[in-house]
Amino acid sequence: MKMMTAIIKPFKLDDVREALQQIGINGMTVEEVKGYGRQKGHTELYRGAEYQVEFQPKVKIQIGISDHQVDAAIEAVCAAANTGKIGDGKIFITPLEQSIRIRTGETGEEAL
Amino acid sequence: MCRATTRTSIVTRQVKVCLLAALMVASTGASADEINGADTAWILTSTALVLFMTIPGLSLFYAGLVRVKNVLSVLMQCFALTCLMSVVWFAVGYTIAFGSEGVEQGRYIGDFGNVFFGAMTRDSVKGTIPASLFAIFQMTFAIITPALIAGAFAERMRFSAMLIFSALWLVVVYSPVCHWVWGGGWLGAMGLQDFAGGTVVHITAGVAAVVVALFMGPRKGFGTVAMPPHNLTITVAGAGMLWVGWFGFNAGSALGANNTAAMAMLVTHLSAACGALAWMTMEWVRHGKPSVLGIVTGMVAGLGTITPASGSVGPAAAVVIGLSAGVICYFATTFLKNAMKIDDSLDVFPVHGVGGILGTLLVGVFASTQLGIFSGHGFSAGIDSIGGQLAVQATGVVATFVYSGIMTFIILKLVNLMVGLRVDGDSETQGLDLVLHDERGYDL
Repeated sequence: MKMMTAIIKPFKLDDVREALQQIGINGMTVEEVKGYGRQKGHTELYRGAEYQVEFQPKVKIQIGISDHQVDAAIEAVCAAANTGKIGDGKIFITPLEQSIRIRTGETGEEAL
Repeated sequence: MCRATTRTSIVTRQVKVCLLAALMVASTGASADEINGADTAWILTSTALVLFMTIPGLSLFYAGLVRVKNVLSVLMQCFALTCLMSVVWFAVGYTIAFGSEGVEQGRYIGDFGNVFFGAMTRDSVKGTIPASLFAIFQMTFAIITPALIAGAFAERMRFSAMLIFSALWLVVVYSPVCHWVWGGGWLGAMGLQDFAGGTVVHITAGVAAVVVALFMGPRKGFGTVAMPPHNLTITVAGAGMLWVGWFGFNAGSALGANNTAAMAMLVTHLSAACGALAWMTMEWVRHGKPSVLGIVTGMVAGLGTITPASGSVGPAAAVVIGLSAGVICYFATTFLKNAMKIDDSLDVFPVHGVGGILGTLLVGVFASTQLGIFSGHGFSAGIDSIGGQLAVQATGVVATFVYSGIMTFIILKLVNLMVGLRVDGDSETQGLDLVLHDERGYDL
């Protein structure tokens, strides 16, 4: 099992969700986050007062996936979240030791 | 030589003004008990419109511009000022400004016959409307003027200090200046044309704002920490309410339902529109994008600037006044903030003060009946040139500017000794909503 963490542009969230659903991944956890990388911040101007806003709003998705789905999931997210411009985000894959469905007590891949 | 000529003409003018005033007193005396239903209906409506400017108009306009931790403190200041200024106006403000009916008014201050509205009955008449209606119409002006200043000390003033300062300011600054211009005092007698409050409202408040900002010093982190508006949506809503309410402010200042009121409304609207377009264009050209805050600020500048002129000028002049308001107030705002580093937090001076000065001076030009399409309704009695009217307008500007500046400083000094003007540093960081009111604006 793997934990997939994807940081994407907020307006791409629905595209990514649909793409994952199509390959049979039916759950995810989503957070609104801020960050910066190669995509710099932007300036905001209010009545002559200029503010440099360093952090960009992003959406962070976390999904537990079974090993055989990892490549397909990466492909789906990459295709759906890509705009070709700086700031499209990143995907991180980490090992996942255990998962438990609270309601039934199922564990492992059955609980994903 | 030039100066000598001006002096002689002032003397002859004063004689003429006295004669005219005597005639006017005689004529109003004859029709003293005539209440006109149409006039009364319009001023009743206008009174509601002007109150609507402060709550909720100005309150929302200001509240959106501060940080989220101070939103309630600003709403609270505007609301509490509405209540307190009403009572102060009832107690002494009105009588200092307008005195009582049938009593000859002094040059600098009204007679004290109307302390606690003592001479006010249901049957009292002022012009063609009930005196009680005149009193509450003017009360709404006395409410919004100190509320305007609240923009300068936003996010750092103690609530108690704010109440004491504003009450004293209304008595010491607003009420006397109101008397000078509208209550039978020296500026009005001199022929100053200030239809709805360029000097009385916008210059007094604007100058007080910059003095407060200098006296109290900037907010913690001003210039280094980002302090963007927390909710421009409510700022735009408030701005719209100000525009609508301003119809009562300016067209209501005709004190009747007549041609002057109608023209005042037309020029007010045009100036607001042109001020908004001018500011928007300035930002678009200089920064690449037209901003929402820019267009609404330009609107307020256009409205503040046409205010003194709204009873004196025609529609084409209103367009010029609005456009110049948008451009000049834009530069004033940038200059005060970035070059002078003065933290007049919500830009009260560059928008209202500068607008008030500009509008009051431009009356001297556009009141002229000799400007073709840009003509206005004529100079004051005894004045026959742009130079003559401009001199009177400039006198009004300088007098109200200096008086408000000095008196505001003295009041601040006094209140600072009494209770302290500023909250401490930790409270300022935490935000006034929690520290002063134990409440939060949003629980989303």
